[in-house]
Order: sequence, then C-alpha cells, then structure tokens
Amino acid sequence: MKLNLTGVRLPLAPFTLQVDTHLDARITGIFGASGAGKTSLLEIIAGLRRPAAGRVMLDDRVLSDTAQSFFIPPERRGVGYVPQDGALFPHLSVRENLLYGHGRATVAPAGPTLAHVTEVLEIAALVERSVSTLSGGEKQRVALGRALLATPRLLLLDEPLAGLDLPLQERLLSCLARVRDEFRVPMLHVTHAAGEVMALCDEVLVLAGGRVVQRGRPADLFVAMATPRYGLRQPVEGPPAS
Amino acid sequence: MSTEIWQITWFTVWASALSLLLILPPGVALAWLLARKNWPGKSLVETLVALPLVVPPVATGLVLLKLLGRRGTLGGWMERTFGLEIVFTWRAVVVATAVMSFPLLVRTARVAFENVSPRLEQVARTLGAGPWRVFCTITLPLSARGLAAGAVLAFARGLGEFGATVMVAGLIPGQTVTLALSIYQQVNLGHDEAAWPLLMVSVILAFGALWLSERLGQRRAA
Repeated sequence: MKLNLTGVRLPLAPFTLQVDTHLDARITGIFGASGAGKTSLLEIIAGLRRPAAGRVMLDDRVLSDTAQSFFIPPERRGVGYVPQDGALFPHLSVRENLLYGHGRATVAPAGPTLAHVTEVLEIAALVERSVSTLSGGEKQRVALGRALLATPRLLLLDEPLAGLDLPLQERLLSCLARVRDEFRVPMLHVTHAAGEVMALCDEVLVLAGGRVVQRGRPADLFVAMATPRYGLRQPVEGPPAS
Repeated sequence: MSTEIWQITWFTVWASALSLLLILPPGVALAWLLARKNWPGKSLVETLVALPLVVPPVATGLVLLKLLGRRGTLGGWMERTFGLEIVFTWRAVVVATAVMSFPLLVRTARVAFENVSPRLEQVARTLGAGPWRVFCTITLPLSARGLAAGAVLAFARGLGEFGATVMVAGLIPGQTVTLALSIYQQVNLGHDEAAWPLLMVSVILAFGALWLSERLGQRRAA
C-alpha cells in the first residue's frame, strides 16, 4: 500500500490542516492530541470531506485532485472507515450490518468471508443478535468486521479503543493485531494513546496543529519525544489512555 | 348518521388523503434537501414554505384564487392546456388543503431526517453504497416513523382546513363542502343542531389522527 498526500490543505476552526506526506507501512499510527486534525485527515482520505487543495493517491490511483477538480466519491474508493463509536446501523441486525458492504467492492478482488471475519474477531456468536444488545467492545468489533467484509484496500480506524475500559481495550488490541496478520489490510490507526501505537503500528506520524511534526518507528519516536510538547497525555510506557 | 354527513365525511377524508399524496414526494424531497444540503436561497425557501402556517388562511386562499382562477396565470394555463377548471371545484379543495398542510409535512419530515446521524450515512458510503442506496437503506428506514408522523399530521391538518378552501372552492353543496365548511354553513343558516354531528365527526377524526401521529413520533424518539 502506498498512500500519497500531496499539498493537502483544509482550513479547520483553529488552524489549517496541511499535510504533505507518503505512507507505506502496514499499520501507520496517526498520533496527536484531541483537535490536532486527525479525524479530518481520515475524512479527507475516505472522501467524506473535500480538501481545499491537494491530491490524494492510493497506490497508483488518484482519489482526489483539486487541481483537476477530480474527486472519487467514498463508495468507489475502496477505503474502509471505522469511526470512533463504530456507527453500527441500529435498524439492522449484526449479520445485516456485517454484510452491508460485502460483495459490493468495485476496487478490490475477492475478500474475506463472513465466517472467517467473525471467527478472527470472535463475533460469530453475535451474528443473529440485534445491534442494541451489544456492548461497546462488541460494537467496535462488529464495526471492524463490517469494514473488512467490504474488502477495503486501506482501512481507517478512528480511535477504535476510545471509550472502552482497560480489559476491553486489550482485547480489541489483540483483535486488531490478528486482523493485521490474517487479512493483511493496510491500516491507518488514529489515536492519542501511545500504548496503542507501540503495540500495533510499524510507523507513526505525529500530528499537531494540523501538521505532521514528526514521523518514524514508534519505539524510536516515543523515546525521543517524551515531552509534553506533542500533547502526550500519559507516560510513553504507561497504559493507553481511556 | 344521515347519508349527507357520510358523504361530507367521505369527501373530507378523500380530499385530505389525495392532497397528502400530492405533497408527499415533493415535501419529503424538500425536507431532505433542507436537512442535509446547503444551497443558495435555502433560508428563503424555508421561509416561503413556512408562510402558510402564519399568513391568515383566507389570505393564502385569495392568492390561490387569483393564481388558479380562469384569468390567473396558472388557472388560465391549466384550462387552455388540459381543459381543467380548478377554482370552485373539488380540485380547489385538494389544492388548498395541499398548500396548507405542506409546511407541516416539510417541517416534521425535516426533523425526522435531521435525527438520523450523518455519521451512519457516511459509513454506509465508505462501505460501497451510493447516495441513493444510502437514502433507501439507511436514511429512509431510520426516519420512517418521523416521516409517517409528519404525514399523519399533514393529513389531520388537511381534514380541518377552512379559510383557504372557502376562498378558492366556495360552498357548493355536494361538490366542495367539507366538514369544516359544512359546520360553518349550518351555523350560518341558524341550524346549530345540524352542526353538532359534524362537529363530533371532526373531533373524532382529528383525535384519531393526532393520537396516531403522537404515537409514531414518540416511538421514534425512544
């Protein structure tokens, strides 16, 4: 996977998001304090927001380019998106949620099966349940499974562990590690918890005030930057933020 | 009940249902546009649509009369093109009812759409669903109760429509007389006792419709 963001600009309330970078790691962490522009960046990549300027390329395919007024809508990007709360469809069963985007992919070849995904995410027992009966952690795993079943070329995770208590965070973290190894889907993992980045990511981008201020291997970076400058909320070696 | 009351009741329900059918597609479409899109002139359209709620119904009726009459722009055109007469026929009842209940439908439907989280629609898009599929499989089912509540409310409003209808459709027995018009006519003629059963029917119909609308609205909010 190669993701190229060239001169991407988007004015946000307190600052302007300005990103010029390329990503090619299996799992890239996008790290930064709340309000650093992380979610907006994901929305630009997913096609949910149009940047004011710049070009977004995934592998050798242009997803959007303001210079040529070119824009591929989200449904044809093959970019999966799991928002913070999972955003399951409340009127559909777990099975219907999981299968919502299955077999509709226009970009990728044949992807994982329902059985495989539910097994890896340990949600096979939930399939016939109603969404309203799921716990927070279960919702997140179903949302992750739903995104995987749409066969994305790139999966965007927006703070998937936020709002879960510690044991659930650990469980989901190991789930994410299994997803990484089983399905080989490249992921961008947005978080403000250093622990998540250390546990999952091959590379990390530090976002502050709408700009990439640093990037590198998680281990190298967090040792070097254990200062409050980037809005770290807890010691590097500490538990993930809740 | 006498056949006349039945006939009037039936005509009232029929006219209100038909007008609801007419305004449902444009009303739902406009409500969606107001809830989900930003476009130039949006607040102007919003205000125009709400106008019949606050302008005296008789004034709205007068505007319709001028517009739809034989010498009116729209009415003249309709008569020349389709040979259709509107003013002082049952069609005028339907049009007046439609115009008067349109704002209620749009307002309720708009709130129903706004209650659907845009996040869900966005996620559906990233799962490969185009805008139309998202509307049919996410937006519409999630707003269905609110839309139904709006439709029933518009229907109920239509049942009681008086001011605009009397201007544009007049009081023609057997042709344009609805429950509301008939009550007015009977009292005007000094036949108060004849107005009572009409009043009862009106109240029962309105009560039923409002009760249904409230129930639909409540379940949606829960």
